[in-house]
Amino acid sequence: MSFEDYKGIFVFVQQVDNKVNNVSFELLGKAKELAKDMETEVTAVLLGSKVSNLCDELAKWGADKILVVDDPRLEPYTTEPYAYCMNYIIKNYKPAVVLYGATAIGRDLAPRVSARVKTGLTADCTKLAVDSETKGLRMTRPAFGGNIMATILCPDHRPQMATVRPGVMKKAEPQAGRKVPVETVNVKLTDAQKTVSVVDIVKNITNKVDIQSAKILVAGGRGMKKPENFKMLRELADVLGGEVAASRAAVDAGWVEKDIQVGQTGKTVRPKLYIACGISGAIQHLAGMEESDLIIAINKDAYAPIFEVADYGIVGDALKIVPELTAKLKEAVAAKEAV
Amino acid sequence: MNIVVCVKQVPNTNEVKLDPKTGTLIREGVPSIMNPDDKAGLEAALELKDNTGAHITVVSMGPPQADAVLREAMAMGADDAYLVTDRAFCGADTLATSTTIAAALKKIGKTMKIDLIITGRQAIDGDTAQVGPQIAEHLGIPNVSYAQDIKVDGDTVTVKRQFEDRYHVVKAKMPCLVTALGDMNKPRYMTPGGIFDAYRENEVKQITRKDLDVEDTQIGLKGSPTRVAQSFPKQLKGKGTIVTPDGADAAADYIVARLEEKFII
Repeated sequence: MSFEDYKGIFVFVQQVDNKVNNVSFELLGKAKELAKDMETEVTAVLLGSKVSNLCDELAKWGADKILVVDDPRLEPYTTEPYAYCMNYIIKNYKPAVVLYGATAIGRDLAPRVSARVKTGLTADCTKLAVDSETKGLRMTRPAFGGNIMATILCPDHRPQMATVRPGVMKKAEPQAGRKVPVETVNVKLTDAQKTVSVVDIVKNITNKVDIQSAKILVAGGRGMKKPENFKMLRELADVLGGEVAASRAAVDAGWVEKDIQVGQTGKTVRPKLYIACGISGAIQHLAGMEESDLIIAINKDAYAPIFEVADYGIVGDALKIVPELTAKLKEAVAAKEAV
Repeated sequence: MNIVVCVKQVPNTNEVKLDPKTGTLIREGVPSIMNPDDKAGLEAALELKDNTGAHITVVSMGPPQADAVLREAMAMGADDAYLVTDRAFCGADTLATSTTIAAALKKIGKTMKIDLIITGRQAIDGDTAQVGPQIAEHLGIPNVSYAQDIKVDGDTVTVKRQFEDRYHVVKAKMPCLVTALGDMNKPRYMTPGGIFDAYRENEVKQITRKDLDVEDTQIGLKGSPTRVAQSFPKQLKGKGTIVTPDGADAAADYIVARLEEKFII
């Protein structure tokens, strides 16, 4: 294998129901930065059935070129047809880097591909950079439940592959109307790749909020004491136009649903404002929210680790402070509107 | 039906603490446990055994002390246990690990037909979720990840496969590999009789380097495409201002003032 043959950064575009997952746009943004340092281009790899309408969006968010495989066997997602396509594309186009979102699809597909191509794969990265000397990819990820960070290299194998946590990388400035080359790849899928069959698809019917897209989050932890007390967080969030999130302790206690959990085993968030109420701040939690622009923490324990990342730490009882705060904010907002 | 469940012994990362002075991990006194997702996978296998009858083999790759999780699995109801252990396997990343485990499963597969392989989705020390799908790739069988439920009917396994916003009901012909989510069930406790048998009667069979049909370049550090260049304690962004206001009223005033300063309200 000659390294010079392997060029370009490929991003696996995750689309479901003809909608591109946000993490794919984030990856295109990051790939654009990396491509500058590697002096190469960003190629979006779009797999699915009747998906070519998505190409303009990919160009807008940073793809320099798009490879499309359009085949009915790619809907809905199952592992083998996707792995077959990625393997075909890697063998024929020889990318230096392939990035996937660390989603329920990416974390299934990427390992299967890595074992087929026999290359390295770094999971759930939170930072990607180009080594200034070797031009290799430096992939940094949390390990040990978020207690330590490890920087991983893939020195002697190509492509270098990574899955990247959703919500961590920033999207590029959108360039509407940008046109880039689109190439349809004839992978020649057959029914032999249909090794499993999807007999039913059940979507979550609740209108669950996506805490990753919320600009303001009011999060509660063990210090909220009981599920009823999350109501006061909801009220505070409503005044601010935000959403409610929670620590693992509150989820494990059964007070709130897991889909609003922030942290290593939950979601990574970076809102403009994060108000942590009664959250002590286990390292696993901090890993999921410390990139927030402004962090306000309310906790009774002056030595709680949450204060290590808070811009403003208030030592006090969240159960008493939050209702006061909601009332005062209502007044302040009303006063502003009256002007 | 023969089911193989892959289990890993892991440090309980929930109990890992950082030394506040040096910022390094305090490893002493951190208990080792059976990885939670793997334990859920074992419970799913035990339920299949309860309902339809199955022979359950547990397999773990690790140092000699990983024997403990295999005994625990037998005390819960597994029938057979193999420890895949050798210094030659040390330093393996996920690719070399999955190659080693797949080779061990091929070896076990010579003595019995393996119908279903269950692994946990991911281990709490590495959180990669890679080894399950990679084992399936090496064995050339389908995999279904993120199982919320596993049912078997004849030669077909039906899996409730979880995604972020939906689940798929997926059917696959066995042999097949399924990765289990930790919250799919509540694993049973070991039984007193089971504990007695696991430690007094049953044996944990060992599989070492010489038992496996693999090249030296495929296992251990040599077989690992990835390298850890550096590891470091997580750097936190640093403390801001901490205040202890006199009462909830003053605290609320303080926060409102900060939010006004930052133009959030």
